[in-house]
Amino acid sequence: MITILDGLFNGISIGSILLLAALGLAIVFGLMGVINMAHGELMMLGAYTTYLVQNGFRALGDGWFEAYIFAALPMAFLVAALAGIVLERGVIRYLYGRPLETLLATWGVSLILQQFVRSVNWVIVIGLALFCLLFFGGMWLLRRRSDFERIRPIALAVLLPLSLAIAGIVGNSIGQARGLAVTQPWFGAQNVDVTAPAWLRGGIPLGAYQLSSVRIFILLLTTLCVAGVYFFLQKTPWGLRIRSVTQNRSMSACLGIPTQKVDALTFALGSGLAGIAGCAVSLLGSVGPNTGQNYIVNTFMVVVVGGVGKLVGTIVGAMAIGIAEYLIGSATFALVFAPLKPLADFFTTFGTTSMAKVLVFILIVAFLQFRPGGLFPQKGRTVDA
Amino acid sequence: MTSQFGRRKFLVYGSAALGTSLLMKACAAPPAEDTAAESPAAGSSPAAASGDTIKVGILHSLSGTMAISEKSVVDAEQLAIKEINAAGGVLGKQIQAVVEDGNSDWPTFAEKAAKLIDEDQVSVVFGCWTSASRKAVLPVFESKQHMLWYPVQYEGQECSQNIFYTGAAPNQQIEPSVDWLLENKGKEFFLVGSDYVFPRTANTIIKAQLAAKGGTTVGEDYLPLGNTEVTPIIAKIRQALPNGGVIYNTLNGDSNVAFFKQMQGAGLTADRYPVMSVSVAEEEVQAIGKEYLLGQFAAWNYFMTVETPANTKFVEAFKAEYGPDRVTNDPMEAAYIAVYLWKQAAEKAGSVDIPAVRTAAYGQTLDAPGGTVTMNPNHHLSKVVRIGEVRDDGLFGITFETDAAVDPIPWNQFVTETKGFSCDWTKTGVDDPGKFRL
Repeated sequence: MITILDGLFNGISIGSILLLAALGLAIVFGLMGVINMAHGELMMLGAYTTYLVQNGFRALGDGWFEAYIFAALPMAFLVAALAGIVLERGVIRYLYGRPLETLLATWGVSLILQQFVRSVNWVIVIGLALFCLLFFGGMWLLRRRSDFERIRPIALAVLLPLSLAIAGIVGNSIGQARGLAVTQPWFGAQNVDVTAPAWLRGGIPLGAYQLSSVRIFILLLTTLCVAGVYFFLQKTPWGLRIRSVTQNRSMSACLGIPTQKVDALTFALGSGLAGIAGCAVSLLGSVGPNTGQNYIVNTFMVVVVGGVGKLVGTIVGAMAIGIAEYLIGSATFALVFAPLKPLADFFTTFGTTSMAKVLVFILIVAFLQFRPGGLFPQKGRTVDA
Repeated sequence: MTSQFGRRKFLVYGSAALGTSLLMKACAAPPAEDTAAESPAAGSSPAAASGDTIKVGILHSLSGTMAISEKSVVDAEQLAIKEINAAGGVLGKQIQAVVEDGNSDWPTFAEKAAKLIDEDQVSVVFGCWTSASRKAVLPVFESKQHMLWYPVQYEGQECSQNIFYTGAAPNQQIEPSVDWLLENKGKEFFLVGSDYVFPRTANTIIKAQLAAKGGTTVGEDYLPLGNTEVTPIIAKIRQALPNGGVIYNTLNGDSNVAFFKQMQGAGLTADRYPVMSVSVAEEEVQAIGKEYLLGQFAAWNYFMTVETPANTKFVEAFKAEYGPDRVTNDPMEAAYIAVYLWKQAAEKAGSVDIPAVRTAAYGQTLDAPGGTVTMNPNHHLSKVVRIGEVRDDGLFGITFETDAAVDPIPWNQFVTETKGFSCDWTKTGVDDPGKFRL
């Protein structure tokens, strides 16, 4: 009995990680149709935010450290959501309706973000801030002139290289003057250490087994996030607007819904959820520049299996994949089918973690042959739109 | 837009861009000597040893997955080069490093290796971390008869005339640690590893060794590289070892973090389930978090806590160069001594000519941070083997070390296909000095 309970708990907890990571993508990819390859990097930003918050709270003292996670979660949400807004306003909004370009552009962004956290230091931050201030500030000032459209190309040609050069020179000279103190990378290429508070490090004993506290925490967090997303989409005015834009963009625009604002908000919500997922996985796994890469394939898989555009599909898909992966990978099936020799042999072959992944992928490919729309395909006209 | 891009605009943008680049070029600091990526040497004259400098190549991943580990190895190599230059250089000439980024991509490694050899005409290359990257550059170095110094512990089963291996062979890391575990920690082993060549070869060796010495392998499992979901493995460990036992861990990279964090969550603690790791060193302890690792073990040739005068000097120099919170580890030490060993060999040979340096390298000894090492004619180093236990400060307390340096055995004697084979590049009268039957 306890064995079955433990197995179920393990399967669900794997599923809940998948679900939490995929929830943001279910909104961005599922509802908006944006193939966001940088989703994993938004998770990574959330994880790095957790690291910074943790260090801040550690400096405050022991009592504070135990509670850092409650500050890290909203901070991770905010940072990732902000990054999401910048990404949407700066890149993706020019590419709506062009999935291939979006895919390439966001993939590029993901590489930039990875390298950014590797090499970010004070010099880069100061240089970047100075560039933004000079360039965007200058453009903003010039925009107030009546003949802005006419002088725009010249302004660009002057401001862009000028602010680049000034930022470069200032950054360079600061780097020379201060040396290691400012040129040392903040995080470096190494993984950084996120340590869960003591109350999340142990577990709750259950007979011979022990239920991991972090897993229970993540399970609760996932439930909370799913409930929050449902509430937001179904019960609030902005949720209503998001759903209507998803269903029919031009009609919504005709009815006075600010579709651009809705796009930005939806993307920010999806990104923010990625940030929360990043915070959660930092308690279980590593935090490094590649953290996001470890999850991106799984999250797309979950959304596609569940059915693009349906949150409930994502939930069921994540749980199904999680439980299947656990039952096959831990060789539970091999034990269950022990009386049936050939079947038991089959499952023993696939009874390692890496082979279980192979089998799960095979099952997914086979499943999508029969139901290309996923578990819960969208019905009606929106499918064609 | 494109149709509007007339001549006038082209002139405006073009001159602006040119002006900026000139300005930035003028203001930029002169590139530090040891990191400058030189423009390819013109003509066919061997630029490597001409003029006042000797060019050496450094080929590691500075971006991509492996940047995590390889970045600090580059730091160690550059520190060695800087020290050697400060002390007068090699053969009276300064060393100039040409750093190339392998980008964690194995074909890129091969490409960059060819570039270093053909275009930059370096005298020697220090580089690679993963076995996959080494296997990718091996044909390049063999076909061009060039020289690579490889600083990482690996699975053995290779002995190229064109590579010097300064990390541990399996008998200098895995085998002594298994012996130690059998003696001190238990007879039942569960093997966990990443799913690629090193862990699989290592586990083949461990299983054979356990069978020969009275231990048992109760289970083994492999995790795809980068996977962070270890719940099924933990369930299996609990099933196979309900009352505790030894876990031998050959996981690599990110999976280690997930493994140790989730082990603790599941209540598998160091007192009942001691874990011996071969890819967890000081830097990894920092990244995983020492709270998760207290009391766990690692097997290496070098720990930062080794007490030798050479190590004190190495650690102090490294911290002065890269910051006080940086740590040193085994591959970094191996990379650091590789540069010094090459320097000694070049000085003995009197030139940087590759065959001469190769012959001169045999028998070179060095008072390394990890104790005295000797280069053998099989291109591997004799070195001391140590086992460390993670302490409160995140470093390793050394619980065991061999009395003398252990001689390397590249061809594994526990694996049937290579049993009885040996390697000795000074041997004559055999078909292949890299692999012959004794």
